[in-house]
Amino acid sequence: MPTLCRHLLGEGPGSASPDVIRVAEARPIAVAATGLSRRYGRRWALTNIGFEIPRGVLAMVTGRNGSGKSTLLRILATAIRADQGTVRILGYDVRGDRERVRERTALLDHHTHLYEPLTALENLAVVARFLGRDPGREALLARLDEVGLADRGDDCVHTFSAGMRQRLALARVLHQEAQLVLLDEPYGHLDPPGFLLVDRLLQRLQGQGTTVLMATHLLHRGRALCDRGLVLEAGRLVFAGVTADMPDPVEAGGAGLEEGA
Amino acid sequence: MSALLVALRKDVLLQWRGRVQIVAILAFGAAALLLFSFAIGPDSLALRRHAAGFLWIALLLASTLSLAESFEREMEEQALEGVRLLPASARALYYGKVIANWAQLALLGAGLVPVMVVLYDAGTLRVVSLLGVILLGTAGLSAPGTLYAAMTAQARGRQTLLPLLLFPLVVPVLLAAVKATSLLILGDPMDQLRPWVTLIVAFDLLHWSLGGLLFGRLLEDR
Repeated sequence: MPTLCRHLLGEGPGSASPDVIRVAEARPIAVAATGLSRRYGRRWALTNIGFEIPRGVLAMVTGRNGSGKSTLLRILATAIRADQGTVRILGYDVRGDRERVRERTALLDHHTHLYEPLTALENLAVVARFLGRDPGREALLARLDEVGLADRGDDCVHTFSAGMRQRLALARVLHQEAQLVLLDEPYGHLDPPGFLLVDRLLQRLQGQGTTVLMATHLLHRGRALCDRGLVLEAGRLVFAGVTADMPDPVEAGGAGLEEGA
Repeated sequence: MSALLVALRKDVLLQWRGRVQIVAILAFGAAALLLFSFAIGPDSLALRRHAAGFLWIALLLASTLSLAESFEREMEEQALEGVRLLPASARALYYGKVIANWAQLALLGAGLVPVMVVLYDAGTLRVVSLLGVILLGTAGLSAPGTLYAAMTAQARGRQTLLPLLLFPLVVPVLLAAVKATSLLILGDPMDQLRPWVTLIVAFDLLHWSLGGLLFGRLLEDR
């Protein structure tokens, strides 16, 4: 069991000592964030966040709606910039080495990043071609089969239900074969077999040595699958450590989270 | 396959899927030409004199619909952000979109020429030169138009904002294209076509270069 070191320092953006909650471990670091803050207009969505995630680890981030989970994942994926602080992904700075970070990172966002007028296969082919990979029909169909959409490959995305779009978005993320996978609510819109599908995919990614950071409200599921957990409350990090030590959500800043399904 | 070809292939495919919309935009342009002809009346000489101007105004109006539409599909599920994060080069994404929009606008222009000939009695024997002017002129609409369409794609009131930003910027290319088209229709005894075409080419070069430099900033500046 790694040593859990907790340092709760600093009061807000710009203060000298950010909140840093770190799990000390000898493994190489996949994500290292320090003093991370981001605001939308006058409201701070993230305030002085600091944490580290070792490589090959399955980690979860949880917290109430609006606590900053999606903002955190989008900063790590270089979709948006932090106003303060630094992030290093697999050794690369998200500002200075943005393209290298992107080559190694895949994001499942609230928006699916899919082209609605294109078919499921065409959407995956676009990803494959931009990554310089073979967009052969068989390979793409195999990928669709992983998410249970092999029979809908030639249908346009605009004919898909929300759950099917989520499955296709997952296939899109898997197709990137990234070293760091960032999943924002991967269970969103899915049916119970879809939940099991995500569980299996997460376990497979972990088996392949991929680092995963998943934002979810499904605490029991997250605890069962993930090694590490972060809890955000109103943009502040109130816990980071092994999921076994994760406090009750109410203690963790009154997050009031419950298993949704 | 180079990133530009991948981006272009994606954009052409998206346009093909939205081909019904293209037909509707062509009909819109033809309707605009028809309405403009009512303003002139049955004076065939006046109709011929104004034909080039009305053709380009109809094309400009239609282009704002077409350009805005091209980013509608990119923004529906933030697909453009998705390819940018793959990562795909911003320059490749821009030029792919510009070339696809250019092809669409040139087709619209070519489609409006017969309508102009019928409604304004404005035929010309220099068809190849006319198509050349349409190609160069629509290239001048496509490059800044694509940039501004991207800029306004997520803004409130984008339908108003895009023409508001684009129209003043494209005045030089519009003016030169109208003059060049007019010379082709009405005749060019003083050999004035070349300087106007040169102006269009200069405008195209400037905006195609600038757009490629600015598009990346536009995507990343968030």
